Amino acid sequence: MNLSYLFDAAHWDPTLSGGIPQLILSHLGYVALALLIGTVIALPAGLYIGHTGRGSFLAINAGNAGRSLPTLGLLMLMVTLLGLGLTPVLIALSVLVIPPVLTSAYAGMRSLDQRVVDAARGMGMRPWQVLTRVELPMALPVLMSGFRSAALQVVATATVAAAVGLSGLGRLLIDGLAVNDYSRVLAGAIVVAVLAVGLDLLLALVQRWVVSPGLNPSPKGPS
Amino acid sequence: MITFEDVVKVYPGGSTAVDHLSLELPTGKTTVLVGPSGCGKTTSLRMINRMVRPTSGRVLIDGRDVAEQDEALLRRGIGYVIQHAGLFPHRTVLDNVATVPMLLGRTRKQARTDALGLLERVGLSAEFAKRYPAQLSGGQQQRVGVARALAADPPIMVMDEPFSAVDPVVREGLHREFLRLQKDLGKTIAMVTHDIDEAIKLGDVVAIFRQGGRLAQVGTPREVLANPADDFVAEFVGRDRGLRSLSFESAADLPVRPLSEVGDLELDDAGRPVGYGSFTRADSLRLVTDLAIISPAGIAVRVDAEGVADGIVRHHDLVDHLAARRREQP
Repeated sequence: MNLSYLFDAAHWDPTLSGGIPQLILSHLGYVALALLIGTVIALPAGLYIGHTGRGSFLAINAGNAGRSLPTLGLLMLMVTLLGLGLTPVLIALSVLVIPPVLTSAYAGMRSLDQRVVDAARGMGMRPWQVLTRVELPMALPVLMSGFRSAALQVVATATVAAAVGLSGLGRLLIDGLAVNDYSRVLAGAIVVAVLAVGLDLLLALVQRWVVSPGLNPSPKGPS
Repeated sequence: MITFEDVVKVYPGGSTAVDHLSLELPTGKTTVLVGPSGCGKTTSLRMINRMVRPTSGRVLIDGRDVAEQDEALLRRGIGYVIQHAGLFPHRTVLDNVATVPMLLGRTRKQARTDALGLLERVGLSAEFAKRYPAQLSGGQQQRVGVARALAADPPIMVMDEPFSAVDPVVREGLHREFLRLQKDLGKTIAMVTHDIDEAIKLGDVVAIFRQGGRLAQVGTPREVLANPADDFVAEFVGRDRGLRSLSFESAADLPVRPLSEVGDLELDDAGRPVGYGSFTRADSLRLVTDLAIISPAGIAVRVDAEGVADGIVRHHDLVDHLAARRREQP
């Protein structure tokens, strides 16, 4: 077991098909698509359930059920049903995104100070304005934490794409195992871990940028 | 003028929150709805800006039924102040105040400039503008809440227990500020409180509600204190209502004795009394009574506008004055 594969400059050639840079790119591509699809489905649903209180049973149980679903098993099922290709991978990964985003959107909306929402309505904001100008910005810290945990999970799990013949950093693991090249397996594991930490740091920065300083536990003013 | 026309509110489940309420809130005056919890005062208040819809009956503003007006536009024309202020935690103080003007289409720059002036108006310096609500004390938050409600200069203000979440000292300051602002602005104000003292202090008209959402009595604070409609009102306004009614009696006609009657009355070089509480002709009989009671010598000293002593009042002068007054107005 050694780091020779990881530190071999030839494997970092950006033009090389199957080189680490291209694998990272395709890996991030799956991650981005899965996050996009999962969020588009789960965010409005979570906001609606949290806002109205209707279907909260669904929100809570989708969280638990979704987490216990084995992604690899789901992927194999999808491949059986739909054949090989990008679609079954994206479905399996998006299903991973839905529970944390749905439950955090729900929890974020439920945790809002209803007096503030009452004030917003009483001042003459229309329902859409109450949602976008008051409820969403206030729920954002909780929402972002759900999104970050979804992103972490998907980065780690997107390696399954390689199991059904697609690209991504899973290639290093699968191919390394197939030819008993444990240095390659190790390289894959390390790059995935670094990518996960890096993405989380990036999202932490985004969170600092989009969440109002007034919502920090001890806001520091300019004074 | 705000008019309640035979308004009833029955909640699902059958509990009656407001029971056939008919009430007029005069333009330019402060009307305080007061009563024990569960008396329907807040429900009634929230019908003015359609936060609650009546089961039957109508609420009219200057003759127009609020139910026929666009909900959001109606509310933008009514200042709304609630307990705990309800400020937007993610917006700065300045942007909180600028909210309604911006909803009405004013530019951000214009709205912020106006907001700065309003902060000053409610006694907050410009340094608060960039802060967030969490960085303010309860009293400061409530001032911002009032500034925010005043921002679009609405003719009507709806205030739901605006001063009950702050401590008594801060509340005292907010009361003074409120009375000063209202003197300048002359808004039509509907306010809810559970505190009869606050109602009497701030209201031009007091509407007392009883449990079950029924109106027990409407009148000026003076009328309500002097002639409670029934035992419920009498008990609600309190045992010391006689003493409190002296708040509305001017000390202007109170006869005074010459200063020379008190041998050891100490005056400073300018002629101001030292060691004695003093009042002016503009003060109330309640203050004079209070001064005479706490003074070891049993006297209160009257001063002119410059603070120079010009007469004294003794305990028994007060009693005689009140007795004479009673003979005049049975």
